[in-house]
Amino acid sequence: MGYNWNWGVLLQPVATGEGATYLGWILHGLLLTAALTLAAWLLALLVGTAFGILRAWPSRLCDAIGATYVSLFRNVPLIVQFFIWFFVVPEVLPTAIGDWIKSITPSTQVFVVSVLALGFFTGARICEQVRAGIAALPPGQLQAAQALGFRLPQTFRHILLPQCFRRILPPLTSEFLIISKNSAVASTIGLLELSGQARQLVDFTAQPYESFIVVTLAYIGLNIVILRLMEWIQRRIRLPGMMGA
Amino acid sequence: MFALEWDTILAARSIIGAGIAVTLQVTLVAIVGGIAGGTVLAMLAVSGSRPLQLFSKYYVALFRAVPLVMLLLWFFLIVPQILRAVFGLSPSVDIRLVSAMVAFVLLESAFFAEIIRAGIIGLSKGQFHAAAALGMTRYQSMRYIILPQAFRAMLPIMMTQCIVIFQDTSLVYVISLGDFFRNTVSIGERDGTLVPMLLLAGAVYWAICSGLSGLVRFLQNRTAS
Repeated sequence: MGYNWNWGVLLQPVATGEGATYLGWILHGLLLTAALTLAAWLLALLVGTAFGILRAWPSRLCDAIGATYVSLFRNVPLIVQFFIWFFVVPEVLPTAIGDWIKSITPSTQVFVVSVLALGFFTGARICEQVRAGIAALPPGQLQAAQALGFRLPQTFRHILLPQCFRRILPPLTSEFLIISKNSAVASTIGLLELSGQARQLVDFTAQPYESFIVVTLAYIGLNIVILRLMEWIQRRIRLPGMMGA
Repeated sequence: MFALEWDTILAARSIIGAGIAVTLQVTLVAIVGGIAGGTVLAMLAVSGSRPLQLFSKYYVALFRAVPLVMLLLWFFLIVPQILRAVFGLSPSVDIRLVSAMVAFVLLESAFFAEIIRAGIIGLSKGQFHAAAALGMTRYQSMRYIILPQAFRAMLPIMMTQCIVIFQDTSLVYVISLGDFFRNTVSIGERDGTLVPMLLLAGAVYWAICSGLSGLVRFLQNRTAS
């Protein structure tokens, strides 16, 4: 194939004349991907834990609420959820809130929508991990807490959840990795994260191979960094005889 | 008025039908090709040969590190000329469909390889020893002893993976391939009915996927008891 390699194009100033280089665009995309991943993971942890507690709570109604959330968010493809958060949710909210959302700068709006979509999608997976983590604890833990006079919220807060989180830490950190890859779906609603930049660079530079190779390497690099971080966290938090591994 | 509305619905129905056909084709090819490729990669991973093990390991690591969106774009933007040459396609063939299928098969091979490898490793070592003691060759013991058991043990996870694949095919949106989701969005944009069309798409995916995962749970309970 007669392809003209031109790696120098990445260091050229961008055609839109904002004093950046194309490589700078990619780095900006990498930063957005990292920020989106972190924010969505924190939201997923929050939402997933809340619904996970509901599922483990000794009440049929709470369990049903948690199960409905999981069913809705696990059985609809991520891209459909992105589109629903982006196009549908502002329409079905009260007009005042919908108008306020539409008045936000587009780039901020797209970022917030992406965090919500990724966070609630991943939250459904984390919810199931939290539920399973609590269910895996010996029933004696709950009974002992109650014998000591702990109320149910106290039992969850001080006895069940701390043990549960130590056990499910490995899958929780894997979710971080999964979010970093799923974040690429945000490019479909116009967020210029890494893969969004890759597509933009193809249009601007007409050198698809260079930008795609750099962006792919950036994803692989991000993966390696997250893996190292996961190993480090798991080593730090490990208690003898608690991690199972 | 009514005639016009029926017309648009009927026209939309055929577009949606074509989209469903694309979604099912990509899903089916991804599952069949992914299981075949995954089996081969898993065999390499448990083979005695160091280079083959490394190849399998790095293949899986590479494909699992790259987002599916990027993979689809790679195969759509970069590889079409190669694909045309390899498969001897005429220029009239929709290259997007072939690109999507190739990308999915390569990616799902990596995921199925991990599932199958875990299934093989999960078997007791005695199975390998017993097969060897019976005088079976490596191929025979894999074919008749190891793989049947590994597949049975891994069936629920493999079926769940198939549901994930069905959902993930919606990402062909990024290469403008008209699958079920892309076509519902197109109709919604054309008719100014994006909100109901998106809700429709979500409801259809939800109904199919929750039905299938219910089926997986049912089969799991039946085999477990």
